[in-house]
Amino acid sequence: MNVEILVCARRVPDTSENEIELNSAGNDIERDELVYSINEPDNYAVEEALQIVARIGGNVTVVTVGGEDDEEILRREMAMGANHGVLITDEAFSGSDARGIATILKSFVRKGNYDLILTGVQAEDGGAQVGGMLAAMLDYPFASLVNSIEVLEGRKLKVSREIEGGNKEMSEIDLPCVLSIQTGINEPRYVGMRGIRAVASVPIPTFGVSELGVDPGAVGEAAAKVKRVDYFVPALGKGAEMLKGSREENVHKVLELVAAKGGLK
Amino acid sequence: MARIFAYIVHKAGVADDSAAQLAAAAKKIDPTASPTALLTGWGADLNAACSALRASYAEIWTISNEAFAYPNAELIRKALVKVVPPGSIVLVAHEHFGIDLAPGLSIKLNSTFVSDVLDIAGVEGSDLKVVRQEFGGQVSAHVCCDISSGAVVTVRPGAFKSLESAPVAVTVVDKSSEVGALSAGRRYLETIAAEAGDVDITKHNVLVSIGRGIQKQENVAIAQDLAEAMGAAVSCSRPVVDAKWLGKSRQVGSSGKTVKPKVYLACGISGAFQHLAGLKGSPFLIAINKNPRAPIFQVADVGIVDDILEFLPELTNKVREMRSVAAK
Amino acid sequence: MVEGIQSVSQVTSWLVSGRTLFLAIHILGVACFAYIVAKRLVPLLRAERDLRFDRPLVRLERVFKFWLGQWKHPRYKTAGTLHILIFAGFILLAMRAFAVLIVGVSQNFVMPGLSGRAGQIYDVITDYAATVVFLCMVVAVIRRLVFKPARYEVPARFGKAHTADAVFLLALIAILMVADSLFEAAKAAGQSQLGQPVETLAVLSLPWILQIALLPVATATIGKVYAGAYLLHEVTFYFLLCYRPFGIQFHVETSLFNVYFAKLDREILKPVRWGVSDEHLDQVKSFGVKTFEDFTWKHMLDFYSCADCGRCSDNCPSNAVGRPLSPRFLTIKARDYAFQHYPMFRHSDVGSGSGNGNSKPLIGHLYSEDEIWSCTTCGACEEECPLLVEYIDKIVDLRRGLIDDGNVPQSLQKPLKALESRGNPYGKMEKKKADWANAKEFQQVCQVKTLGKSNGADTLYFVDSITSYDDRMQSIGRATAKILDHVGENFGILGAAERDSGHEVRRFGEELLFTALRDHNVEAIKASGVKKIVTADPHAFNALKHDYKDVPEVEHISQVIAREVKTGKIKFNPLESRDKVYTYHDPCYLGRHNQVYDDPREVLDAIPGLKRVEMSRSRDRSFCCGGGGLMLFYEPKEEQRMGVKRVQMAAEAGANVIVTACPFCMVNIEDAIKVAGLEGKMTAIDLAELVDQEMVREEQKAV
Repeated sequence: MNVEILVCARRVPDTSENEIELNSAGNDIERDELVYSINEPDNYAVEEALQIVARIGGNVTVVTVGGEDDEEILRREMAMGANHGVLITDEAFSGSDARGIATILKSFVRKGNYDLILTGVQAEDGGAQVGGMLAAMLDYPFASLVNSIEVLEGRKLKVSREIEGGNKEMSEIDLPCVLSIQTGINEPRYVGMRGIRAVASVPIPTFGVSELGVDPGAVGEAAAKVKRVDYFVPALGKGAEMLKGSREENVHKVLELVAAKGGLK
Repeated sequence: MARIFAYIVHKAGVADDSAAQLAAAAKKIDPTASPTALLTGWGADLNAACSALRASYAEIWTISNEAFAYPNAELIRKALVKVVPPGSIVLVAHEHFGIDLAPGLSIKLNSTFVSDVLDIAGVEGSDLKVVRQEFGGQVSAHVCCDISSGAVVTVRPGAFKSLESAPVAVTVVDKSSEVGALSAGRRYLETIAAEAGDVDITKHNVLVSIGRGIQKQENVAIAQDLAEAMGAAVSCSRPVVDAKWLGKSRQVGSSGKTVKPKVYLACGISGAFQHLAGLKGSPFLIAINKNPRAPIFQVADVGIVDDILEFLPELTNKVREMRSVAAK
Repeated sequence: MVEGIQSVSQVTSWLVSGRTLFLAIHILGVACFAYIVAKRLVPLLRAERDLRFDRPLVRLERVFKFWLGQWKHPRYKTAGTLHILIFAGFILLAMRAFAVLIVGVSQNFVMPGLSGRAGQIYDVITDYAATVVFLCMVVAVIRRLVFKPARYEVPARFGKAHTADAVFLLALIAILMVADSLFEAAKAAGQSQLGQPVETLAVLSLPWILQIALLPVATATIGKVYAGAYLLHEVTFYFLLCYRPFGIQFHVETSLFNVYFAKLDREILKPVRWGVSDEHLDQVKSFGVKTFEDFTWKHMLDFYSCADCGRCSDNCPSNAVGRPLSPRFLTIKARDYAFQHYPMFRHSDVGSGSGNGNSKPLIGHLYSEDEIWSCTTCGACEEECPLLVEYIDKIVDLRRGLIDDGNVPQSLQKPLKALESRGNPYGKMEKKKADWANAKEFQQVCQVKTLGKSNGADTLYFVDSITSYDDRMQSIGRATAKILDHVGENFGILGAAERDSGHEVRRFGEELLFTALRDHNVEAIKASGVKKIVTADPHAFNALKHDYKDVPEVEHISQVIAREVKTGKIKFNPLESRDKVYTYHDPCYLGRHNQVYDDPREVLDAIPGLKRVEMSRSRDRSFCCGGGGLMLFYEPKEEQRMGVKRVQMAAEAGANVIVTACPFCMVNIEDAIKVAGLEGKMTAIDLAELVDQEMVREEQKAV
């Protein structure tokens, strides 16, 4: 059948291997010793794309908007099996807000011929926005929180969305479309050092403002309408009453409290 | 100040809890104005939901269309675009429907989008300043949004406390005729209910809930031992289900089950809001976590910084001791 | 020959003379055997290369020890004794068998050098040999049918029982012995009846007994028995010869070669591909074993040589706790695969050429993934096998294949990713690696320097990941540092420059990640200028000793302590408690893999008042605690934890304190004590911790 899949990915600080703290100036998080990797839901999206293409044929392209440092996630996904990696980079793009990113991605999509566009459901900033925005800009149908994809005849997909109570909302969606992928949809394959080394020197094409034909006034810092002003750790305020005793004392206190609240039958 | 709308999600004639919270958020943006509720649906369900909103909203716009019998974000977006005046602020709850609807809506309305807002810090000129979280709740951030041409804002459920409701003279405006023909590239088929597991966690008064901190499948038994000793049930957060250590029926959260226990032990759970969203009814929340800065400690009643793999077995022993003494 | 009784070569049946018949049988039998063996060699010709032709004298010495000397057999007393007797019998009977065969064609044939007195003595020996072999067959059959030793059982998932095949083969050998003895007995009975000089038969041997039974029989009948026994012998001999390559009895032929070509450097893992150095690994298209032909010829020879004795699986800790792995069946399944896909009469259904495109992947068809991930590489199987069949290299190679295909359980992906980005499986920050040593209170008791430009030392204490980062294991690090300090060792640690030794990374098949970690560590070690390395972690010890090249000599802390106990630098206070009974648990990578058994025991025995008992499974039979490194992250399907079994063994031995010398053993055993419900009744302590506790110090400092 053959399907061209584009996965929009992002390189983020790896939350499981980092301790996120404010820096000493208090205006950003401490980035010095952060380990970065591909945003976890994006990785699930790439794995899903690879599985679809293995079933029905096609190609998987992974694209990211950023700088040189972000190339490493493209290589990693190519080591995983993606056919192409593309870096969209230009000084004019830096400081873009989510809408700016979606605008950039839209221009890239228009340059190609993609049947299916996948993004991860959200990144470390919890925005969950680029996928939906991109779909609206392209006038493609959209579904978020997708946890299963079945390819149907006649350029359609059957997708399942994760809604409350663990229930699944089943819908039919026309291609081309945009889907945002939820973690747990599959079990991503392992990418070993060997795979990464094998793609270490594969050339990665770059696209800038002129190649994309995007209006520089619509992207970048100047065009951004949403800007983060600072990072802070809220005063703990009320918060929890922290028990300070020994483990034995704490166990005792917990039992007392639970019993008092009627928690022990 | 622009007009503020709140899109209300409802099911089987019952408006979502977030309806009143959105009204509260709207008040924080503009204390002088009264927000308008936007309600789409069909038939008796729509009417019932509309009635329920009278307590929080002075004006309600309804759009009735057979296509809205089951909420389809794309169709609803198309309808809203026809009725919402340019430059408006539209509030939506940040849950699965809002995530589906809101970003695309902001593009079609040509307005600014900001998601998962926890608090409104204020309006300065054409800038709305809000509070968000990043990195799974480990840090907070102030974010400035230019709302001169309007905004779509998704609001974290539970972040805003519903205001005292007072009976108001309510205007209901039927906007159905302004919408016209609707079609979409996505069509709803059916909802598949989650598989009933062996245990219905929504029926338990005490839950021993585990998160990533349990580390391995074989450690789940530690929680099960405690639950057994206490007469409780084991529930969990999303990562435990993703790793397939427990079935989906045990997951508490926005995409899992909603529970209303009396006592909730959050063991090795960081406290991401998607999980807490599944906890209703203000249970007594005891949190045990190795990380003293875990966000859960901000919402728990009692907190203990300790390794659950050590703490829980001791707790289990004490419970058993207590019971054997009581039995004598 | 005997007048009146025709020599078998002259017997005529159906117009065919004996000589012709037997010659025909010889030729047919040998030709069949040659054809069969040639067919069996076909997959070996398609296999990967294996460099096993070096050091012939060392190999020959091992043939003498393990093959001729049956060195490993006595580890199982009954079966071992039986086999030694059978093996000795076969060796002794070899020449006789040859002579008997030739007699059918050339009636007066006598082996050169065995005429006269020598021949008579040889005949007596072989009479007894045949008898002993026969009796062993009877005992063996009874064992199989009546006593049914557990290790011969075949679990349902591996097919039906092998008992029928085993009894069949044992019966055939018995028949061979009877035929041979009957042949001799008939000759002697005939001689006796006809009043001729009787060839001496050994008293009470099988031929001797049969001869007495034959004496009353008519001479003509004896003649027929004589010829019949010979025919039976011929047919049975050649049937066995040609049948053996179809089952486990092939080990009769292949064992010599399997032992000769066995691995000499036990602790050096097989490289990804023989003859391809690290720098050229990029050119290798596929890593590891994915199809049968990816095995080396020696591995295939291993499959042929397995005698199905079950000793490996009997000692395998994974098998004991109900994991899917049973080493015996890893081998038997592969052998059956070879038999099925390389048949005798058709062409192999595997395409030829280096692509081996038709060959099905082993994982998912022959082996399950969990089977392969379940192995802790403890080495108990290899220690036990009398034929020196190798397992660890095969498991590592199969894992390399799984890793290459990205087929890795999610539970292992996280620590592997962390090892890649942070150099340790916990994902902890590099800068915190030396925190255990830099804690303020500890610094007051013992200064541990981090080696760097301004800080040098003679000795490196290689701490490795778990001891550096795990709250509980850090105490082993501190105890080790204090001991080194006490004996006046000028030592330091690498701190943030130290990466995980990569020991399990390699054994889990991630070869390139391992080389990255290793190369980083080697550079750091060289830059530090140290002349020796000490570690308290047996996995790091094994890696530094065998996996790493160009690094200084490495010792385990137990070796250092044992030495300093002898020199007197370490003395012990008498133990205070009276009710503690200690037992030492041999960590796999200190004991079995590196033969350090005595040093830790000497240390314990040097502590006055310490009562020590041995578990029944100790030293090279030690039972793995559950595994270390990446194995701590893997989630096996098992009925029980290995650690729990081990802790129960300690309790059975009468101990209430388990001493071990490995942080991974400590994790598993302490965990098992809780799971087994023995908290309060059993404790565990590391050797270094115990020594630190009981050492005599000039000033008594409290930590």
